[in-house]
Amino acid sequence: MAKVVGEIIIDIERCKACELCIQACPEQTLALGKSLNHKGYQYVVKVNDNCTGCVNCAIICPDAVITVYRKVLKTKQVETT
Amino acid sequence: MAVDNVDVLVEDVVKPENLVYRRPSTLLDVELHYCPGCGHSTVHKIFMEVVEEMGIQNDIIGVAPVGCAVFAYNYMDVDMQQAAHGRACAVATGIKRMLPDKFVFTYQGDGDLAAIGGNETLHAANRGENFLVIFINNAVYGMTSGQMAPTTIEGMVTTTSPYGRDPKTMGWPLKFGELIAPLPGVAYVTRQAVNTVQNVRRTKKALQRALEYQKMGLGFCLVEIVSNCPSNWKMTPIESNNYVQNVLIPYYPLGDIKVPEVKK
Amino acid sequence: MGEVKLMKGNEALAEAAIRAGVDAYFGYPITPQSEVIEYLSREATKRTGMVVLQAESEVAAINMIYGAAGCGKKAMTTSSSPGISLMQEGLSYIASAELPCLLANINRGGPGLGTIQPAQGDYFQAVKGGGHGDYRLLVLAPYNVQEMADFVKLGFELAFKYRNPVMILADGALGQMMEKVELPPQEQRVHIEYPWATTGKPKNGERRVITSLHIQPEKMEEINLRLQRKYKQMQEEEVRYQTKNLDDAEYIFTAFGLVSRIAMKAMDLGRQRGYKIGWIRPITLFPFPTKIFAEVAQRVKGILDIEMNSGQMVEDVKLAVSGATRVEFYGRMGGVVPTPEEILENFEKMFIKGE
Repeated sequence: MAKVVGEIIIDIERCKACELCIQACPEQTLALGKSLNHKGYQYVVKVNDNCTGCVNCAIICPDAVITVYRKVLKTKQVETT
Repeated sequence: MAVDNVDVLVEDVVKPENLVYRRPSTLLDVELHYCPGCGHSTVHKIFMEVVEEMGIQNDIIGVAPVGCAVFAYNYMDVDMQQAAHGRACAVATGIKRMLPDKFVFTYQGDGDLAAIGGNETLHAANRGENFLVIFINNAVYGMTSGQMAPTTIEGMVTTTSPYGRDPKTMGWPLKFGELIAPLPGVAYVTRQAVNTVQNVRRTKKALQRALEYQKMGLGFCLVEIVSNCPSNWKMTPIESNNYVQNVLIPYYPLGDIKVPEVKK
Repeated sequence: MGEVKLMKGNEALAEAAIRAGVDAYFGYPITPQSEVIEYLSREATKRTGMVVLQAESEVAAINMIYGAAGCGKKAMTTSSSPGISLMQEGLSYIASAELPCLLANINRGGPGLGTIQPAQGDYFQAVKGGGHGDYRLLVLAPYNVQEMADFVKLGFELAFKYRNPVMILADGALGQMMEKVELPPQEQRVHIEYPWATTGKPKNGERRVITSLHIQPEKMEEINLRLQRKYKQMQEEEVRYQTKNLDDAEYIFTAFGLVSRIAMKAMDLGRQRGYKIGWIRPITLFPFPTKIFAEVAQRVKGILDIEMNSGQMVEDVKLAVSGATRVEFYGRMGGVVPTPEEILENFEKMFIKGE
């Protein structure tokens, strides 16, 4: 079964920490960060690598600050005896 | 036979060929002034996605209202006119009558569309003006900080219904879509929401359908979008979206109210 | 010599609009000017494809004008006093957004529902800006059916030159009476792409935004300063007026629109009685013909201003004269039209008997 790996880029200066993406992410990959952006918002950060690139976060994000990539990995059938 | 868990480098994934979502190019690359979590921004985003995907950025003219979205033209990279409060449907009539083969849309809040602009909206609908009205229904006057709107529901507290809306003295919440749906000039009326991922997807489709109906010249299209107002409802964005789901949507059920029969 | 017809003022104005290649008329019925939309509904669309739309209200009509003008189109409306009041907000927006358009106010007796007889009680509203904020309309005051026709083309030229609303301020009589009128030739309706007009974002250019909203006060002031420069330019370049018998005049009768013709008759009667009376008819009410009044005031004993209102233009006459000579007023209100005899009589009472 091909493994899907996702990656997101967050424009942290434009994130308003509204948390909607956190709620929408099926993999609990997102959470409010510790540091603040120039507006004083605790911008969202990735807290695990389970992102599958499902785009939920980008769809619900009101400010369109998330760019999403997705790569389908063809795992190599490696014979390991 | 074990399959290696190949640990993948970020650089491998973040490549143009792997891009699956980016901000639409038709949404100007500026910060939106809307409050955190506000549905206005979401609708701006998905509508500009539709404009980009349909390739009509150079053939569409918008009319911005007075209300939180008065600055829509700072975000939507299309030709736009700013209308006096309530008059967007009249302004749009003027535009569409002059440029019948351009797409025209208005973007209005509940006060703008159903209170001060009720007559303009009703008559544009009744004339079957061939343009799209995007109607953001968040049950309050947002920009002026939270007064009662025509769509404020019974018992809902606002700054001008501090003890909850009392229909006996303040009238009942107005369902404008249902009000105009029976008019022959009205082609498409639907009510959507942007409080969940699935609803955002559906709203985007509805906006696209409305523009396609306009292209076919079918007449007045209204896409009502039940939305949130975190700041004036004094809720967090998540709480406000839950309020939309649990309180507003039951009163303003989602779905198509009127759909033109279109021979496929 | 163009085509000459005997026409009602309202219909001459409508015919002139068709011939001026107007793109759109958005209006609403109101006596005494409903003939304009009726005439256009019969004639315009089939002849030039002009859009003629009866809106649901004057509020809607003026905002349709805003939309159409914002596309660079020749858009116009006509109404009468109560309807024009409903358009004031829209006019303030149109002036602020710097859009060209033409409207006519076929003034009727007021205030309130008033009457349908001719009056001039909307002078202040027209000239001083009836809506909110510092803006002006360029106001043309016809005094016969010929000018009701001529001022349509002129009005649009000025509207587009200054990107400002232009008003034709007539009255119920001018709208309803029939006179000979030489009609202008038919102009083709033409689509001009103005850089500021919202006709769809250019492929290789910035989007166009038409707005009157500027939250930054400095920016709003900048807009205001630009508007004031425009009005100053109008005062320098667009003043129009007509005079008679100024050379030997000892007194001046001044009036605008229909009343100026009555005042002219009163002047003739006065001349027969040996009074040396001159006559000034302002044609542009804004920009007001200040210079001619200031100059004449140096050498006459007095000016009598006659209007069908309680005395409005007389204030601008006084401003222009600024004390250099006596300025008196005689007027009738409520839709009553003064006669030449009563004007002369009152002139004698105020100026001659007093000596």
